Amino acid sequence: MSPERGPVFLARRTYRRRRLGDAARLLPIVGALLVCIPLLWRNGSEASRTTDVMFYIFGLWIALAVLAGAISRYLRPSETEDGSRDPGDI
Amino acid sequence: MSILNVLILVCVLYVVFLFAVAFAADRAALRGQGSWLRSPYVYTLSLSIYCTAWTFYGAVGFAARSGLEFVTIYIGPTLVMVGWWWTLRKMVRVGRSQRITSIADLISSRYGKSNLLAVFVTVLAVIGATPYIALQLQSVTLSFAAFAETEVAAGTMPDMQSTAVWVAAGLAVFTILFGTRNLDANERHHGVVMAIAVEAVVKLFALLAVGVFVVWGLSGGVAETLARIDASEIARFEVTGSRWVGLTMLSGMAFLCLPRMFQVMVVENEDEDHLRTAAWAFPTYLMLMSLFVVPIAAVGLDLMPNGANPDLFVLTLPLMDGRDGLAILSFLGGFSSATSMVIVAAIALSTMVSNHMVMPIWLYVSGGAAMVSGDVRHVALLARRLSIAGIVFLGYLYFRLSGGGTALAAIGLISFVGVAQFLPPLMGGLFWRGATRSGALTGLGLGFFVWLYCLFLPSFGPSVVLPQAVFENGLWGIGWLRPRAMFGAEGMDPVMHALLWSILLNAGGFVLVSLLSFPKPIERLQGAQFVNVFEHSPTPGGWTGGMAQSEDLLVMSQRILGAREAQNLFEGVAKRQGLAGYLPEPSPDFLQELERVLSGSVGAATAHAMIGQIVGGAAVSVEDLMAVADEAAQIMEYSSQLEAKSQELARTARQLRQANEKLTQISVQKDGFLSQISHELRTPMTSIRAFSEILRDTDDLTLEEQSKYASIIHDESVRLTRLLDDLLDLSVLENGQVVLNTQTGRLSELLDRAVRAAGVQGEIRIERDRASEVVDLTTDLDRLAQVFINLIANARKYCDGRPPILTIRVGQSDGQLVIDFKDNGSGVPPEKQSVIFEKFSRIGETKAGGAGLGLAICREIMARLGGDVSYLPGQKGAAFRVSLPIETRMAAQ
Amino acid sequence: MGKTVLLIEDEPNIIEAVSFILSRDGWEVKTHSNGHDAMQAVRARVPDLIILDVMLPGKSGFDILAEIRNDAQFAETPVLMLTARGQTKDREMAERAGASHYMTKPFANAEVLAAVRALVAP
Repeated sequence: MSPERGPVFLARRTYRRRRLGDAARLLPIVGALLVCIPLLWRNGSEASRTTDVMFYIFGLWIALAVLAGAISRYLRPSETEDGSRDPGDI
Repeated sequence: MSILNVLILVCVLYVVFLFAVAFAADRAALRGQGSWLRSPYVYTLSLSIYCTAWTFYGAVGFAARSGLEFVTIYIGPTLVMVGWWWTLRKMVRVGRSQRITSIADLISSRYGKSNLLAVFVTVLAVIGATPYIALQLQSVTLSFAAFAETEVAAGTMPDMQSTAVWVAAGLAVFTILFGTRNLDANERHHGVVMAIAVEAVVKLFALLAVGVFVVWGLSGGVAETLARIDASEIARFEVTGSRWVGLTMLSGMAFLCLPRMFQVMVVENEDEDHLRTAAWAFPTYLMLMSLFVVPIAAVGLDLMPNGANPDLFVLTLPLMDGRDGLAILSFLGGFSSATSMVIVAAIALSTMVSNHMVMPIWLYVSGGAAMVSGDVRHVALLARRLSIAGIVFLGYLYFRLSGGGTALAAIGLISFVGVAQFLPPLMGGLFWRGATRSGALTGLGLGFFVWLYCLFLPSFGPSVVLPQAVFENGLWGIGWLRPRAMFGAEGMDPVMHALLWSILLNAGGFVLVSLLSFPKPIERLQGAQFVNVFEHSPTPGGWTGGMAQSEDLLVMSQRILGAREAQNLFEGVAKRQGLAGYLPEPSPDFLQELERVLSGSVGAATAHAMIGQIVGGAAVSVEDLMAVADEAAQIMEYSSQLEAKSQELARTARQLRQANEKLTQISVQKDGFLSQISHELRTPMTSIRAFSEILRDTDDLTLEEQSKYASIIHDESVRLTRLLDDLLDLSVLENGQVVLNTQTGRLSELLDRAVRAAGVQGEIRIERDRASEVVDLTTDLDRLAQVFINLIANARKYCDGRPPILTIRVGQSDGQLVIDFKDNGSGVPPEKQSVIFEKFSRIGETKAGGAGLGLAICREIMARLGGDVSYLPGQKGAAFRVSLPIETRMAAQ
Repeated sequence: MGKTVLLIEDEPNIIEAVSFILSRDGWEVKTHSNGHDAMQAVRARVPDLIILDVMLPGKSGFDILAEIRNDAQFAETPVLMLTARGQTKDREMAERAGASHYMTKPFANAEVLAAVRALVAP
């Protein structure tokens, strides 16, 4: 391990954190779109079955919670400051 | 023992348990214990007050009527919570940094502390929440009634109204006890939050237990349950797109705007970091709460007789099967949901009512006269308590008047649409600096009116509030003003219709008027602070002592803390600020620290008021005491934060001006240096020349004359030499070429020697404390004596006390030996204090003798000896402090 | 001759020297040694010539000069100013304030005598 690798690693971590911030912003939007998917399900004139939609919705719910947990775990508030200033930078 | 009596007993025991939990949590928090109180999971659980009795009982009823549509109410908050990075994070940060106490407070503070806006939001929130509280009371009475029905034979049918009265009274008492213990905005309601967290666990556990019982007990397994759903009336997903999307959005908006949610999410928030946990834990909680709703609804529709109230399936299914224990658990779940909602809503609303309506009115009526007596705190507490009682009573009244009928069932969504009106000004305020107060008022007004006209008033049914004619033909017979079909939008779902028009007009009016109006400076400043909260999270509260006179503060502090301690404090702060002497810049940090120190002696309120008096320069302001007495602390804090910026600038300018003044003064002195040297040298030379010419040119001088004139020439030569010596001395000291002649001696003897050498006997009385002077010193004693002589001689020259007295005091301070020389004269005027140690500076033009080099030499000597000599302001007369490092003394022992 | 000279100066040795020089030349020398009540001294003595030091305790010589010139009785009385500062701006100030003559310390005794004679001579 050469000492020069330190900063590279740090920059990489900062970069990763910013991407996590992006992911955190994206998650509710993707979630909202996915929640609306069952509205498109029509087989013929029949509406889709409640149980199918139930499985889909609760599956999505769990997935959202897990993803939110995974993202939040790495978004410590002490590190959030730099990511929040300008979502567009880097 | 009948089941009803068991139920009442369990209920009472449960309430006692909640009191105990709240009490224990408050005690633990008070003793500084209980880090578990600040757990992110407690925070997450407290958010569950979103799930009221409307969720616990109503979700199943909703599902039984409209199938899976009910999940939208929980999907909305899930998306908001998952998207915490966007909004919640900012709301919590703003709430904490600005010490926000309620959503009304947030909106009013963002728009330039407009109380009109706060009152508006408060009224809207109370109107929206009152039916909701009534709904909770109704759910408790209905569930009681469900139990009672099983025992109709026993003839113990309880009176519905008396149940509601008992529940309402109990809730009011609980809320007053634990919700108004303290007024400090920083203090959180640990007891209440803990009780709510416990209730959150109880209601989730109860609903899951009923779900498990229904799926595996009544239905016989997962597959059978799914088959029952497929066979039920709600087998098909027949949700209209607009309601699906609209309700999801509506619930998300309400989640952000409900006063009770704001209370637990922002006001009670201990740590921003908790949001990270809540981001996944709260969606999980909502998911679990919703998990068994459709199965319970389907099984209930299948098993219960036709016409059974689906809102009570959660309770009636176990009862029907004879599972009394489970039914009681279920009842407790519903009870928990109802009570926690009422408690938090009452706290949130009472804060708003008392801070934005009662207190301003009281202050206006009493004219601020009662400020001084300090009973503001009492009044604020009383206002809060009365508000809580009033709000709960209003809920009860609504319940009584509406008769607990079906009108209440729909009230959940109606209430949601009402509070959703806060969203445009709230989000606009957080993300758009151009949002103005006029815009917010316009938007809220329009949204509120449309909600009232299209949803709230019609909810009472035709001809109750709005006449039938209005429903059919519109207001004043204008067709496109029909409350159910505004602008001709016919055939829409009433809730969606009202949501669409109210939010559209609200947001539209808000944006348009914001664009057209011009904000006041205070709004623009607040806007910048809110929108850019992450760039400069300001520390909440605090003093901005732009006009504070440090010397006044020192004088006051000396009176309270004692001279030495106050001087140490001031000197330490000054040192930290990079300033010499005892007068630090009155920065906010310093004032806060000083206030803390003073409050240790005289109490926080007095300390705040005392500093306020000096900092403000005027009498204690209404705001100052409000800050002490009430959660309305921010009222003062807004303005001080607003002023902080301009005062910071003013302070910088003042520092620059001071630096400039000093430079100018020094430059004038440097300019005058040659002139001064010239004067000091020429005066003795004049005498010398004149008398030597007399001696040379006059033949008939007597012998006495000759010898007299010769001795004048001699004296003046000596004077010249002394002046040159002083100049050389100073030059050597300044260039650091001095050689120290270190000896050991006793301080008292050194002072004796100095007093003798100064030759002041009879001219000034010198008061000493010889006992304290028994200190051995190892340093250049001659140089130190030179400093003492100079200070004593100065006192003789300048002290105008009658009779003149010089007091010499020896002591220790901060590892330093300090010797203070104080006289009883009029002291050095503040504008001169900064230059007296400069060369050739003399107080005034008085020729008291000396060339103005003495103090400059003293300062140089003390610097060489590792100590200091400084002017001590805030004393009665002139006071100089000589300080020496203590090791100089230790070396001798 | 008996002409009176009022010497306003605070250094006792300089007072003594000037008094000695002038009284030997036949002048009646009166002295005053501070700035505060210099004007009263002028009014009390009604001198034919005033010798005025610039740096006096209590009041600057320039201020006293201005007062003298503002008093109609003494507007024409010759005033000889002495200063130890010796900068050109002092000289200008003295002349603007209405000094009849201006001398820098240290001075030659003969110069003072000559100046006094020149100022009082008719």
